[in-house]
Amino acid sequence: MSNSRFVYVTYIKTTPERLWFALTDKAFTQQYWLGACCESDWKAGSPWKLAFSDGRIADAGEIVEADPPRRLVIKWRNEWSPELKAEGYSLCTFEIETVQDAGTDAVKLRVIHSIDRLESAFIQAVSGGWPRILSNLKSLIETGSVVIPKKA
Amino acid sequence: MEMDDVFKALADASRRSLLDRLHARSGQTLNELCEGLAMTRQAVTKHLGILEEANLVTTFRQGREKLHYLNPVPIHQIGERWIRKFERGKLAALSELKRRLESEEK
Repeated sequence: MSNSRFVYVTYIKTTPERLWFALTDKAFTQQYWLGACCESDWKAGSPWKLAFSDGRIADAGEIVEADPPRRLVIKWRNEWSPELKAEGYSLCTFEIETVQDAGTDAVKLRVIHSIDRLESAFIQAVSGGWPRILSNLKSLIETGSVVIPKKA
Repeated sequence: MEMDDVFKALADASRRSLLDRLHARSGQTLNELCEGLAMTRQAVTKHLGILEEANLVTTFRQGREKLHYLNPVPIHQIGERWIRKFERGKLAALSELKRRLESEEK
């Protein structure tokens, strides 16, 4: 294996359109992204950034592919840690698919985050964050509240 | 994804050991996962199917290879729902006590 990759899946009782909104609306992302928020106009080639609540940039990059409400690909680099920034750009793909979950409409969200290097510290770092963010996102969409309001 | 499926999938030592192997190194083929295990290939395939059904394992096709990844999201949700609620700090102190007492016995 010549790269580092994580694949995360969560099932959410919602529609692809609502999930797309949840992934791309700045104010909405702020509610589940452990205090940070995502900003972009979500068109291929546009800049993308993840900012902390005080405005500092955590991560930044570019939208590679945007096919609402099905698929989103972001070129993604950490900006605040010199060690992680030095690893360069990773690729984060969001895939949204409609499924039947216990008789009700649900969507399967698959997040694939990878970088072209072995033993990536960046992928190691995001591997701890993604499950918390996805849990928050699921909980927020399904119940209207998050489980972890701020970064612990 | 139903919580019942996750608990059922976790209620088996062989499946938990497969999750441990994927935790040590995510993104393994079936052959790699079978290496050094006292389980038949068929048994590993069956267990992986149950883990995949419970959304604890996800797969990704890379060329001709099917790679298996640990999906920690359901485990995280169990943690939030069943552990954090019952005060994680006290549980950590208790498990540390248990670890120390048990290591003294050796």
